[in-house]
Amino acid sequence: MNASAFTLGRAVRLSILIFGAAIFLAPYVFMVSTAGKAQSDIFSSSLSLIPQHWSYVANFAKALTRVSMTRLLFNGVAVCALIFVFQVMIAIPCAYAMAKLKFRAARLMMVLVMLGLLVPIHATALPLYVAFDRMAVLNSYFALVAPFTISVFGIFLFLQFFRAIPDDLIHAARLDGMSELGIIGRVIVPNAWPAITAFAIFSVVAHWNDLYWPLIVVSNQTYATPPLGLLYFRAAEAGDDYGALMAATLIITTPLVAAFLLAQKRFVEGITMTGLKG
Amino acid sequence: MADAVAAALPLIGKPARSAAERQEARAALVLSLPAMVLLFVFILLPVAVVILFGFTDYELGYAGFRFVGFDNYTELFTDRTFRSSLWNTTVYTAIVAPISIFMALGLAMLIESENIGRSFFRTAYFLPVASLLVAMATVWQYLFHPTIGPINALLALGGLPRPNWLGASTSVLYSLSIIGIWQSVGFNLVLFLAGLTAIPRELYHAAHVDGARSAFDRFRLVTWPMLGPTTLFVTTISIINAVKVFETVKTLTEGGPNKASEVLLFTIYQEGFVYLKVGYASAMTVVFLAILVVLMFLQYRVQDKQVHYS
Repeated sequence: MNASAFTLGRAVRLSILIFGAAIFLAPYVFMVSTAGKAQSDIFSSSLSLIPQHWSYVANFAKALTRVSMTRLLFNGVAVCALIFVFQVMIAIPCAYAMAKLKFRAARLMMVLVMLGLLVPIHATALPLYVAFDRMAVLNSYFALVAPFTISVFGIFLFLQFFRAIPDDLIHAARLDGMSELGIIGRVIVPNAWPAITAFAIFSVVAHWNDLYWPLIVVSNQTYATPPLGLLYFRAAEAGDDYGALMAATLIITTPLVAAFLLAQKRFVEGITMTGLKG
Repeated sequence: MADAVAAALPLIGKPARSAAERQEARAALVLSLPAMVLLFVFILLPVAVVILFGFTDYELGYAGFRFVGFDNYTELFTDRTFRSSLWNTTVYTAIVAPISIFMALGLAMLIESENIGRSFFRTAYFLPVASLLVAMATVWQYLFHPTIGPINALLALGGLPRPNWLGASTSVLYSLSIIGIWQSVGFNLVLFLAGLTAIPRELYHAAHVDGARSAFDRFRLVTWPMLGPTTLFVTTISIINAVKVFETVKTLTEGGPNKASEVLLFTIYQEGFVYLKVGYASAMTVVFLAILVVLMFLQYRVQDKQVHYS
């Protein structure tokens, strides 16, 4: 196809794509625009995108004082980082054993992993909540992180990836006198960065956005994650103060969106890899 | 996934094993022990307990519980809230899954055949996937606002009727579906783009030689069959994600107005974690889990019957 040829078909195609993109991006445009509008602007002229009275400072000040945004973002980062580190440290050795070592339990373990893939947190939440309540560990990082330290999806993804690593590499390392842990650290992990990055993106996107579990185990602002904190902010900001609300949503959405825009290629590769392997 | 199970089978050891083999097996068990313990504690045991709870009248805050057999399940069938919750989840899924699949497929084919702005379009449609849904739901609430919202302002300019999007029981489910579609198209789109890129160009030339002249013929004879595995995966994941709708409902409607947006996970959340009726909510959870199992089973069945071209 000639790049410069501008046929009718191409014009239609581009118009559809541009129109669709405009609709998909519209919420972001209105979010940024409304975050800078004074209450009177919001009520009088909802279609003009440029605020008449610039109120970014006032709205952001409100958003930052009602709920501690830095606290929320810190909790979000801490919880996602802890979850990811535990998931990788626990899933990689298991996946390595299942992919590269011979042992009788491997078949049973494969069945358990397959069963585990079926079960979302929503199905295990009730017993876990009862147990955490009995142990008096609700409202803690432990409660937020513990159920996700095991990622059967991670095991499954790494397992698929490790199978492709040549056995010769592992035999050579063993002949050099490396322990199995040494092999994981110095042979497997350096060869598995694409899978680890893909899994990191999958894991962080899932847990940064999760509302269900934090809503259940956290009931105060100290341990609130970004989605939960935004719910608190909405409750505190009852009524139609959309200026402050949009400022708050802007603050909370920005980190992950910025990360996505900076590392787009990795994101897309990660989604494709984690998606298609599932 | 079925292949993975099959591939794991040859790993069973032979009866007489050397010292090296025994050592390897021991190392494997040690390496997989943490994962297996956590898998048992956080997944298998809780699922067993939830099934058990489903047969009890357990309520958090009360001392004991007794077994009530299938009482919870018979109650579920007459529970108006649960029935409308199942129905609403079905309607939501029936709207969101097909539209987000076909919209993503259409957009992916348009982007694939266009040579300018590819990465811009991909980014634009994918952005909602990377955005915090609770936050973006709040933005949609503003867009949908009946009096000060931009959507109704636009409709008013065109002299069209202005619905009370999230506020009326007749339209709330459709409004939530719009948000659901907006949020999930990008994910499907990226998967379809990867699937389209993997189709060998020669197949289109071959089809052309064989007389497939129109774009529709090329789609019917090459694109659609070659995308089979991708489409199956996208369909399964779209349905499962739609069945799991929760964030937007919790943030925007709390199941209202008049239970018109009561969906499965929200009902489970209310019964189990707000009213603390653990036994009853567990029975609902079992129904939810059964739905997921049936969906996965259907995927396996279709996958096994599917023709593989690669």
